[in-house]
Amino acid sequence: MREREVPQEGNRSLAGHRKAVYAVADDGKLRLVPSRGWEVEEIVTRQAVEDLERRAEEARARVLAGQSSPLEYHMYRARMDLELLSQSTGLWRWRVRRHLRPAVFARLPLALRRRYAEALGVSVEALGKAE
Amino acid sequence: MPEAFVHAHASHCESGVMSSLLRHHGLPMSEAMAFGLASALSFAYLPFIRINGLPLVSFRMPPRAIVKGLERSLGLSMRFETFRSPSDGMARLDALLDAGKLVGLQASVFWLPYFPPDLRFHFNAHNLLVYGRERDEYLISDPVGETTVRCAREDLKKARFAKGVLAPKGLLYFMTKPPLTPDWARLGRRALARTARIMLAPLPLIGVRGMRLLARQIERLPLADGGERARLYIGNIVRMQEEIGTGGGGFRFLYASFLQELAAKTGYSALDALAARLVEIGDRWREFALAAARMIRGRDALAPPVLAAHLRALSADEKLFFQNLHRAQRAWAL
Repeated sequence: MREREVPQEGNRSLAGHRKAVYAVADDGKLRLVPSRGWEVEEIVTRQAVEDLERRAEEARARVLAGQSSPLEYHMYRARMDLELLSQSTGLWRWRVRRHLRPAVFARLPLALRRRYAEALGVSVEALGKAE
Repeated sequence: MPEAFVHAHASHCESGVMSSLLRHHGLPMSEAMAFGLASALSFAYLPFIRINGLPLVSFRMPPRAIVKGLERSLGLSMRFETFRSPSDGMARLDALLDAGKLVGLQASVFWLPYFPPDLRFHFNAHNLLVYGRERDEYLISDPVGETTVRCAREDLKKARFAKGVLAPKGLLYFMTKPPLTPDWARLGRRALARTARIMLAPLPLIGVRGMRLLARQIERLPLADGGERARLYIGNIVRMQEEIGTGGGGFRFLYASFLQELAAKTGYSALDALAARLVEIGDRWREFALAAARMIRGRDALAPPVLAAHLRALSADEKLFFQNLHRAQRAWAL
């Protein structure tokens, strides 16, 4: 890649930041060039983010339909999955899965709600609602 | 100490941290040099490590390989500490900063608020430097950022003690013995030998063989669901190659820069031709990424065999390249 070919496409995913890439300058030497982004990077980043957002939206629909607890929505919104939420809270996977059931979640003691809220970076009140 | 610290922009976090740390301790060291001397270039396809259901594809050696590699080759001593309790970990960081140390940290990208939201995934092996503190705000030199940033105590604590794959456990590190003046030719030659050996390793998942295996997996991707999963699978490869701080072309340009610099430092000009060749290979990686992205967006029809053919060609090119690198290294009269 030549220095003048370094993409400067203003990726939304970089939010105004510039990332460093290496490119060949006119003297034939490689050097660090700040880049505003390449559309290719934006496509694959947005793809990954949108996949996570889609999972959160589907979970929200399930919560509203009474099929799942708000915990599932917050798990995906924090870009986690069952495995990571279990590791982050130190709870067994089967327990976390059980807490995804609305009836079980509704009876969840405050201590456990706090643990989930802490791991997901939301308040205890917010954890109770899928929004 | 902080008065003298100079931040430098880098493409990759670990090589950036180490080059800044070494420069701060008196050894001029570019990011490319740090990356190359630590033999950090690689390729690995690790299907048994899954992140959000997708296999791990990596273009470099595992986390901490650069820190460890440089520690070994430059005769410096690093001290690593992890913590069971977050408050102990923060107290220790404060004590080291008060003592004037420049401290490296491992942290999760997700919990660092200064990162762009779209890039905040649960990646736990990010590296950054802390060069000072003002009350409850830490002064941070994150190598992938253009400038220094600040981070609040609570956020940094969460990032340092995130859980999951490669959990940092509050890891911090600092230099206890400064580097020796290196014998560039001897270290460089050894680093080249190591990288050639890894890339040509007779193991199915690693190096040029790993690329071939990945090509075969791509060909076999099921398309019955309309290609949804196949698109995520190839998108993941391109993210590992381009988006997550590789300097472009899956670290190939960064490594080429190392070869040029080594040639200039030692006068061994055979490395210049190799660098030029590796830039061409890096360009082929970028073409692969472009072809994949067009398929993901539906601008081109999804055709995994086309991408697999790209990868096989890259594997063949790199095989030849690393054989030549190995030969050049053998022929290097010191």
